[in-house]
Amino acid sequence: MSVTAPAIAATSPAPSHSRLYWAIADTLVVARRHILHIPQTPEQLFSATLQPIMFILLFVYCLGGAINVPGISYVDFLMAGIFVQTIVMEGMTGAMGLATDLKRGIVDRFRTLPMSPVAVLAGPILADIVRNLIAIVVMVAMGLLVGFRPTAGPVEWLGAVGLLLLAGVTVSWIGTVVALIIRDPEAVQMMAFVVLLPLSFASSAFVPIESMPSWLQPVVRHQPVTVIVTTVRGLLIDQPIGSAGWQALAWSAAIIAVCLPVSVMLYRRVQAV
Amino acid sequence: MPNVAPAIVARGLAKRFGSTQALDGVSLSVEPGTILGMLGPNGAGKTTTVRILTTLLRPDAGEAFVAGVDVLRDPDAVRRSIGLAGQYAAVDELISGRENLTMVGRLFHLPRQEARRRADELLERFDLVDAADRPVKTYSGGMRRRLDLAASLIPNAPVLFLDEPTTGLDPRSRLELWGIIREQTDKGGTVLLTTQYLDEADQLADNIIVIDRGKVIASGSADELKDQVSNSRLDVTVAASSDFGAVARVVESYGNGTAHVDLARRLVSLAVVARPGLIQSLVRDLDALNIDVDNIHLRRPTLDDVFLTLTGEMAAGDDADNTSSEAAA
Repeated sequence: MSVTAPAIAATSPAPSHSRLYWAIADTLVVARRHILHIPQTPEQLFSATLQPIMFILLFVYCLGGAINVPGISYVDFLMAGIFVQTIVMEGMTGAMGLATDLKRGIVDRFRTLPMSPVAVLAGPILADIVRNLIAIVVMVAMGLLVGFRPTAGPVEWLGAVGLLLLAGVTVSWIGTVVALIIRDPEAVQMMAFVVLLPLSFASSAFVPIESMPSWLQPVVRHQPVTVIVTTVRGLLIDQPIGSAGWQALAWSAAIIAVCLPVSVMLYRRVQAV
Repeated sequence: MPNVAPAIVARGLAKRFGSTQALDGVSLSVEPGTILGMLGPNGAGKTTTVRILTTLLRPDAGEAFVAGVDVLRDPDAVRRSIGLAGQYAAVDELISGRENLTMVGRLFHLPRQEARRRADELLERFDLVDAADRPVKTYSGGMRRRLDLAASLIPNAPVLFLDEPTTGLDPRSRLELWGIIREQTDKGGTVLLTTQYLDEADQLADNIIVIDRGKVIASGSADELKDQVSNSRLDVTVAASSDFGAVARVVESYGNGTAHVDLARRLVSLAVVARPGLIQSLVRDLDALNIDVDNIHLRRPTLDDVFLTLTGEMAAGDDADNTSSEAAA
């Protein structure tokens, strides 16, 4: 049948802006909503602020005495590890939000609106970035209080924070894939705990790699958390970075290059079910 | 081309999930400014139909047009013309009711001021002003459903889809929602409403389609459907000590089929063709058998009777001891 004029005019404005404009505008709207969640959820507030503070205090005052890092104070060594570990664990928060939305039918509502589908995935990730920035500010302040003395100038800080945020986005895209597959916030959290926590401990985040068994060292040396920690640490307290910086960027680029298109594909497939 | 095209048209929609044929050739048409009630038991295919018409699901076969736009070819344009309230309240628990509504407005691409204005207007209309700035997790079930419906109205879209909008609501909230749904058509809007509540369809819908196992098994106005089943029903209530077999035989002589006997309610009922003198004649017959009659009621069939006759199942939500489970015409 040929399409006849609708009897009642649609009320939504025709898309007068480009696709890209709406992708960005809609992402901001969705991100704003996830940011509004932060003060409403004590768990989120805790994991972005109190938890890293707690880790700093426990590692510096309880474990630090037993950990010997040649040449530098333990708190200077530790801080890069705390930054990365916090951000890696935080990266799943947006994904948990997405899983909740999928489970509760909020994604269905989004999908009946003329909004950009990109925003459904990118909104929570942008909110993750904001949450990570808050966490970084809190951690830096706490670190300075317990004796963290970084040597970094503005350029090194910019590089370190930039890499931390990139690491966060990388984890967020992994989380997005997981959320789209299992669609259950508790399961997403469980995955984060089972995979990401061991990954951050089996790294150079809290102890020198040299203290680990020799069979484990090669794995630990090249896994993504280690190379990110090594790079951030190098930038902040003027330590050799070597090839870790490139490895860190390569890991992030590779993970995002896989997870982003897979997420988009999985999200499209939500439509078919 | 006629100026007034149907607001919703579906032809031959089919959808299979695994080994289940959820929809098996569903066609429907809804005139602008009217309410179509879609009735059917759980799993009949109501929600699947709504999901296809609202661009959430692609059918395996068939075609659909909403507000004159092909749902499969141009889903984005359809999304600019529809509102949907699903079976569950799809609202964000952690932000306030007002924020929920403005967010939907913004994502519908209304300008910021307009989104705020519509949110305020709907909060007022849905009696949510006092709770507007509280997180939704503090709302009662009824308030959440009202907020969800308000969210579906934010776009002020010409075509509204409501999938069991009053399930789980208390009677007062239900009546309120009915009022709001009627207002939609007063303003020229079109509504497709699915429901398990027959009285809801009876009260609200201009036209009804009954769907079962993925097929449309009847359609028409509530009156047409009632006529389709039978002209009238006869309910006879007798003394507890009566010989119910004898009463049933008497009643059966006035209609076709087997009378339904409900011992607990002392009720014998049957679909009949009403005619003058039927009640006097029935009283004489029963009197001849010395049966004490409490009550004789010759009535229009209800939609329950229609539904049960058509689907051969108990309507969900009805009492187990409802009458006429074997009603036949």
